[in-house]
Amino acid sequence: MTAQASEARELAAVIGLEVHVQLETETKIFCGCSTDVADAEPNTHTCPVCLGLPGALPVVNEGAVEAAVKVGKAIDADIPEETTFHRKNYYYPDLPKNFQITQYDSPICQDGKLEFSVEGERRSVDIRRAHLEEDPGSIKHVREGSGPLESRTCSIERADYTLIDYNRAGTPLMEIVTEPDFRAPGEVRSFLEKLEEVLEYLGVFDATRDGSLRIDANLSMVDAGEVDDAGDIDESVLEDANRTEVKNISSHKGAEQALSFEASRQRKLIQSGRAVEQETRHFNETHGNTVSMRSKEEEKDYRYFREADLPPLRVSHWKDEVPIPELPDARRERFVTEYGLSEEAASKLTSTKQVADFFEDVAERFDANLAATWVADNLLGELNYRDMAITDIDDRFDEVTRLVELVAEDEITAKNAHETVLREMLDTGDDPDTVVDREGLGKTSGDEVQQAVVDAIDENPDAVEDYHNGEDGAINFLVGQVMQKTGGSADPGDVNGLLREELES
Amino acid sequence: MSDPAVDPEEVRHVADLARVDLADDEIERFTEQFVDILDAFEALDDVPETEREADLSNVMRPDETRESLSQEEALQNASDTEEGQFKGPKVS
Ligand SMILES: [Zn+2]
Repeated sequence: MTAQASEARELAAVIGLEVHVQLETETKIFCGCSTDVADAEPNTHTCPVCLGLPGALPVVNEGAVEAAVKVGKAIDADIPEETTFHRKNYYYPDLPKNFQITQYDSPICQDGKLEFSVEGERRSVDIRRAHLEEDPGSIKHVREGSGPLESRTCSIERADYTLIDYNRAGTPLMEIVTEPDFRAPGEVRSFLEKLEEVLEYLGVFDATRDGSLRIDANLSMVDAGEVDDAGDIDESVLEDANRTEVKNISSHKGAEQALSFEASRQRKLIQSGRAVEQETRHFNETHGNTVSMRSKEEEKDYRYFREADLPPLRVSHWKDEVPIPELPDARRERFVTEYGLSEEAASKLTSTKQVADFFEDVAERFDANLAATWVADNLLGELNYRDMAITDIDDRFDEVTRLVELVAEDEITAKNAHETVLREMLDTGDDPDTVVDREGLGKTSGDEVQQAVVDAIDENPDAVEDYHNGEDGAINFLVGQVMQKTGGSADPGDVNGLLREELES
Repeated sequence: MSDPAVDPEEVRHVADLARVDLADDEIERFTEQFVDILDAFEALDDVPETEREADLSNVMRPDETRESLSQEEALQNASDTEEGQFKGPKVS
């Protein structure tokens, strides 16, 4: 292909998302079975409703509807006057009723948007709809054999039979569908991070739950020239472009990886003059690639029809009644104005609600600047270095607060507090007072420091002479000697002053 | 509505969606029956509209846990089980 021809086919990616998030409720969406299934034995969280037994009647969980309304408020969506449920019919063993109860033509949230930033630039993506639905059960593909079950679970192609656990069946999900507003895989990642942050602030989502986030992404390529200055693309151009739907993405990183792969795969096809097939593809996280999936069902094959067992919901007025907390953007701006923090520090501190709450707690007790340094820089920095998350230490906030207190009350130096105590706290699990005692970091009393100053002067006549001859390095040498004698627990500034006093007297 | 024609291809497709294996002679028989059934349903077009039942809405339950079935109870109708799970043929 000539340079000119390839220039003529400069391409832009067009990406849209369907994000499934698990809503944090006590019970399933249509029955009273607990959703707390993490360590449960299989099929111990089921009932006639979520097992799809004949005659069982679903009843909507008010908590799930409330969570959906909160999401709607946070993404600035319309909550329609009336919203209904539909049956999506398909046969697969994870679906005990042979249909999934979902929403079809009147989802609970419509026309929202979410703002986020990519590399410092603000972006907004339109959210077409967000609807409630139930999760299917969990399937295991298994090979015959005599070994333990865990060793015989395998890929679908190699399986001899299937095992099903319906504990998860009926867990409330929200499917959030964006407009095809993304132009790069990196934008998708930033969006997902922001979405999770907002959902966690709302208290409707727990990212640490297994399978709490699942993403389907569609991607097509259009001529770069079709994208106008505002980043918009004509409808007809989008309709003409063949797109692929990538399934089985379960993380932000996975989304970026899957879409980068898919974008370059499509780009290569188009640039070599071949067509992109409109199809569903499966993301293989291990290999970082996408593979074609034989899909038997088209949209019309799902034969959607109204779920007659569930009367419609009329909850648009809940939008005024259900309160939501201050969201990350608002909180970040408040941190800048109220505490005088930099944008960067405020962003770090509002990245999760837990961090922000902890910061405010520390700031209230001591001082905002000290709190910002300790939470944003020291704590998050050390956690990050250890590949830990704030959730790994959220039961130790009291200990970190105590450490900040030791610094605020001048009982240990800031350097020791950070470089020794905090690090050991994270590495050994000990509390700050234990570490301070063990390492002998308590600030040495004034008498001891004074004694060390006198000793250092007596023992180093050469340095004293150098000092009197005006050599700058001499005082630093003597400070070092005193620090050594006090095990690093004296304040170097104080020592410097004491030495000068002693030497000049 | 005015096109009740069902062809064998459609029957085969619907059977596939329902994961039902049909022999050729069954396909033929069901094609005829489908047409009959759809014809029968056309009778409903002549039923006059009546007053609908009063509209229900917002039928919800509080988010409170209720006791679930035991594993034994949950599995009692299963034709085959293994380690507390329902066992079925492999899927594609
Ligand atoms: Zn249940």
